[in-house]
Amino acid sequence: MSNNVNDWLNDHGDYLYRFALARLKDTHQAEDAVQETMLAAIKNNSFEGDSSIRTWLTGILKHKIIDMQRKLIREQPVSDIIDLDASDESMDDFFDKTGHWLDKPQSFDMPDHALEQSQFLSVLDACMQKLPKKLKVIFMLRDVHEMENENICKELDITPTNAWVMLYRARMGLRKCLEMNWVKG
Amino acid sequence: MLTCKQASQLISQSLDHPLSWYELMQLRLHLMMCGACNRFRKQLNVLRVGLRKIRANVENDSAIQLPLDAKARIVEKVRSDQHAK
Ligand SMILES: [Zn+2]
Repeated sequence: MSNNVNDWLNDHGDYLYRFALARLKDTHQAEDAVQETMLAAIKNNSFEGDSSIRTWLTGILKHKIIDMQRKLIREQPVSDIIDLDASDESMDDFFDKTGHWLDKPQSFDMPDHALEQSQFLSVLDACMQKLPKKLKVIFMLRDVHEMENENICKELDITPTNAWVMLYRARMGLRKCLEMNWVKG
Repeated sequence: MLTCKQASQLISQSLDHPLSWYELMQLRLHLMMCGACNRFRKQLNVLRVGLRKIRANVENDSAIQLPLDAKARIVEKVRSDQHAK
């Protein structure tokens, strides 16, 4: 059986590692995720010939990465990672009393040119790291791990309204951060 | 008539669940005459595409490889796990 694991790692280990690293941004966690994937794959050899082995393993890895997020969430006090006060009123920084934009959104686009693009992406990445923790957790689950909204609500034990308000605020902050650090007025 | 605040909320929500027919109509009407909210919608799209691109760049970077010692640790872990049973 561990011959399988050897083959899998030889053929797909680098890819799985990169896939995990792209989402976890930490080499130790990425190694853990690949290890958990191998353990699960060998335990429950549910591979069916109609998908490629890489697709099958990547599917397991996706679940393992979300499991790891779950564990991280459970280890923290709820009040640290969820903003239950998030409401309509907390958007007063962006709109006046009649609901008009205080600062109209500026247009920006992802540059095509490789060097400029990588600068743009590093600004985006830095902006994401700067999100308040109470918004970052849910934002990562939704827009990085692309978890379904329904599952996020279950996981964090929040209502769909809480979820969309927090996501709205996170995205609002993120695009503002890009305006300030990329568009530079 | 939606305010920009309401329109921007619907734009964000549309990324998470399908809007109702009525919400969609109201939003379309607003977007037909509001440049600011159109730019906001475009900003959120750029965010999405950018985040995917960040991940894709790592996924496709063949210079990043599973370190040999990590590989050895994983193989060893699987082996010992199987012996434990
Ligand atoms: Zn508007």
